[in-house]
Amino acid sequence: MSTITLASKRRRSALRTFAFMSPWLIGFAVFFAYPMISTIYFSFMHYDGFKPPTWVGTKNWTYVFESYPYFWPALRNTLWLVVIMVSLRVLFGLGIGMLITKIKTGTGVFRTLFYLPYLAPPVAATMAFAFLLNPGTGPVNSMLEKIGIPAPGWFNDPTWSKPALTLLALWGIGDLMVIFMAALLDVPKEQYEAAELDGASAWQRFRFVTLPNISPIVMFAVVTGVIQAMQFYTQPLIAGKVASGVIQGAGTQFEPGYPEKSTLTLPQLVYNLGFQRFDYGSACVVALVLFVLSMAFTAFLMRRRGGLIQAGD
Amino acid sequence: MTQVLDRPVELKTPASPAERTARRKALLEWIAVHSLGVAAALFFTLPFVFVFLTSLMSDSQALSRDLIPHTWEWANYKKVFDTPGFLTWWKNTLIYAGLGTVLSVVSSIPVAYALAKFRFRGRNLSLMLVISMMMLPPQVVIIPMYLFWAKQLDLSGTLWPLIIPMAFGDAFSIFLLRQFLMTIPNEYLDAAKVDGCGDLRTLLKVVLPMAKPGIAAVALFQFFYAWNDYFGPQIYASENPGAWTLSYGLESFKGMHHTDWNLTMAATVLVMAPVILVFFFAQKAFVEGVTLTGVKG
Repeated sequence: MSTITLASKRRRSALRTFAFMSPWLIGFAVFFAYPMISTIYFSFMHYDGFKPPTWVGTKNWTYVFESYPYFWPALRNTLWLVVIMVSLRVLFGLGIGMLITKIKTGTGVFRTLFYLPYLAPPVAATMAFAFLLNPGTGPVNSMLEKIGIPAPGWFNDPTWSKPALTLLALWGIGDLMVIFMAALLDVPKEQYEAAELDGASAWQRFRFVTLPNISPIVMFAVVTGVIQAMQFYTQPLIAGKVASGVIQGAGTQFEPGYPEKSTLTLPQLVYNLGFQRFDYGSACVVALVLFVLSMAFTAFLMRRRGGLIQAGD
Repeated sequence: MTQVLDRPVELKTPASPAERTARRKALLEWIAVHSLGVAAALFFTLPFVFVFLTSLMSDSQALSRDLIPHTWEWANYKKVFDTPGFLTWWKNTLIYAGLGTVLSVVSSIPVAYALAKFRFRGRNLSLMLVISMMMLPPQVVIIPMYLFWAKQLDLSGTLWPLIIPMAFGDAFSIFLLRQFLMTIPNEYLDAAKVDGCGDLRTLLKVVLPMAKPGIAAVALFQFFYAWNDYFGPQIYASENPGAWTLSYGLESFKGMHHTDWNLTMAATVLVMAPVILVFFFAQKAFVEGVTLTGVKG
């Protein structure tokens, strides 16, 4: 009898787990598993949304990799953002986090001011920066010229458009600041005191006490930053649109990546191929490239034991 | 404990030379840190200031290089509100953000609770899948999703394709709530069980009241997500201006007022303002949420 109750107990507990998990299980199946399989399927089909899809084998794949003129520039831009934007964001976030732990007067005010830009809606923030960095009438360039610094063309100049986007990303550093601040405050005080007794300089204290203690958070910031760079969509799109003066609407087609493909990112290609050229098959190829890259970085984020995001307890 | 070490006996005798240099050093450091702080504060706040100042300029002055308005044109804000569609975008944004927030919070709570407190086979795998979903660009599955909503259900031109999925748990909310629920000691749950509470009652009567700060953080993030979302409305609502949201409409607003930076900046202020206002009322929940996603395992 006892085995029967044990079995029914186990069944009941499995049932309750299933019941509690069900919203996610349904969501996962309907909004991820099914479309994911379809994405793979469509990547081998020609489909324009009107005529029924036809099997074309690897034609979409060779098209994207060999003839679609936007793919490699987009991948190169993503690489640029991953290397330069992400490292600057981590360094700057760490710097601002350290600064805020050192500030003794008016800490709350400073912290709020540093944090606020993170909240600005991306479209609004990008519009604001497109205005501020406008080469003709923007306040930034008129100030630069006043102090005699040659003013760059920012979003209108292919060599400056990515630095301008980076500046926008550095402005919204608030989340990293908070995370770094929390990590810095968690470093055991005794270790600093011991280092000081040993006569360690400020740099040595940072190198041998601070850095080892916060390294998991630095890793977290790097990997989430890389994933954000892979997903970079709204800001480069809006910056390009506003700077080029091309406005959406009937008949106008925005040349993606203005100026000269310099602000093109992979997610923009999915939109361009799928929703402007109605080539759903090739759009799915780019979507799969995005998927593989994102999952690779996510796996890295979760791989280390006791590391960044812990699964168990 | 370390106080003994910190306070030498000479503390009472005033101003030995060594002490004076130490104090001078401390003062210099204070000045250095705070000037750096002010410089950083300028970098973070000046964009807001310039946007706001420009929003109050006259049409012609907004095209000049002036930084401060000659006359303060508060009527610009009225003009923005009078722009056809602007109020509709507000209404749509509030529907999307409001409904979406409620649905995703309600559906994510039980999932997060199970992941935090139930022991079952496949729990770690489920959690890893949740985290993977969180990291996934929305563009990865957008083609079949669009075809599903638009061709099969004929719901393009509405916000429903964005709102309905929220009723099936949101990866980020589940993860953040799970992180929060992990911090609730199991003793409370055991005590409830001893008192005869079932799982659902324990969740509703014991866990939820303790999880209020976590729920507040999740709700805020969801609200901001919907408020800020550009890609979703671009895919599903672009063909029907009656379904545009503020984030999506703002860009086309620039098109309607091609050269009017003052009106565009006024509209920008109006899109930013609610987010910042909400933040001031719920600062603590917000900052707590950011740290929870980043730091605690």
